[in-house]
Amino acid sequence: MAKVRVATMWFSGCAGCHMSLLDIDEALIDLAARIDLRNSPLTDLKVFPEDGVDVTLIEGAVANEEHLRLVRTAREKSKIIIALGDCAVTGNVPALRNGLDADRMIESIYGSPTTSNGALPYDVVPQLLGRVSPLAELIPVDYFLHGCPPPAGLIAKTIFALLDGKTPELVGPDLKFG
Amino acid sequence: MESIAVKINGRGITTCPGRTILEVAEANGIRIPTLCHLKGLTDVGACRVCIVEVRGQFLTACTTGVADGMEILTDTEVVRAHRRTIVEMLFAEGNHVCSFCVSNGGCELQDLACEVGMQSVRIPYAYPRHRVDASHPRFLIDRDRCVLCGRCVRACGEIEGARTWDFAERGSGVRVITDLDVNWGQAETCTGCGKCVEVCPTGAIVRKGASNAEMGKNPEVVAQLAERRSHG
Repeated sequence: MAKVRVATMWFSGCAGCHMSLLDIDEALIDLAARIDLRNSPLTDLKVFPEDGVDVTLIEGAVANEEHLRLVRTAREKSKIIIALGDCAVTGNVPALRNGLDADRMIESIYGSPTTSNGALPYDVVPQLLGRVSPLAELIPVDYFLHGCPPPAGLIAKTIFALLDGKTPELVGPDLKFG
Repeated sequence: MESIAVKINGRGITTCPGRTILEVAEANGIRIPTLCHLKGLTDVGACRVCIVEVRGQFLTACTTGVADGMEILTDTEVVRAHRRTIVEMLFAEGNHVCSFCVSNGGCELQDLACEVGMQSVRIPYAYPRHRVDASHPRFLIDRDRCVLCGRCVRACGEIEGARTWDFAERGSGVRVITDLDVNWGQAETCTGCGKCVEVCPTGAIVRKGASNAEMGKNPEVVAQLAERRSHG
């Protein structure tokens, strides 16, 4: 049987959701046998596969130009998109800056004489968007895994349901934020 | 005593006039989710979470009285969908960031999202800017987490009798204030009783010193006080 092609992405978030994914312990062995992990911060494949994947899990909110480009690529080339964790689902901590001026924030954090030679390095660092967005404000999302981070058991339950060709049931305590 | 007959979800129930749909449902073990409702305080129908369907109309169960022959539906697909949208609107208009909230794990809004099956908020988040007031020596208010349920206003006015809390402004600008919009620490009418802290369903009004997920509350205190006073 062909392996299910999976990608994971990491936008504006703390990597805690990826840590929680790794926290499924021995289930990782089953998972490794059943999936082909493509583009992911956990691998060295830095480019989203041209021929697409079956499932993409996205951690983090959309906060800069590169995230915006990648979230659209992911949607275009994935059969199923899973918002992994509160930042991807609600904006969470990264969205706290919404309502503040992004340029002034960059200036006050990175523009001081001690951290910069005067110019902001936009040639290598993507420009911040004016407003941080949860994924679903920009693309259709198929499943939402709540939690900061989502519990490992919830991640495992969802992925294995999909691998078994079932629709994951996300109800009651599965929907707890935070 | 006069008795009337109503139907809730097709089940015939005999009750008496003067009671609300919510009271009759609860007395008969029928669950209707609520948020601004709190036993011991006057019901105001502020949050709309307890909506039920009565002959195609959507009414708040906490403020609508039962009438003879009334047919009430509490859990149809349409009611559930409207209720979920209402909870989504509550989330969208504030900054309810559970991950670093002192009430994480003990929050009625967080529980409500689970109960109504909220997968995501389909309304664009407003991300408003609000003022945190930490001027009171023991308590603070984080208006980012306020759902404008008015429990603090009612507990302070009806139970404590201080009337420190009130609403100011209109529409999306509404917020709760202390006295005539002075900092809480300077509010002369505040007795420091802490009832507003206990009844607040979220992490908006809290005790100082509580860290992430450490805030426990006891909203039932209001019903206990009201009950004891009714015997006075």
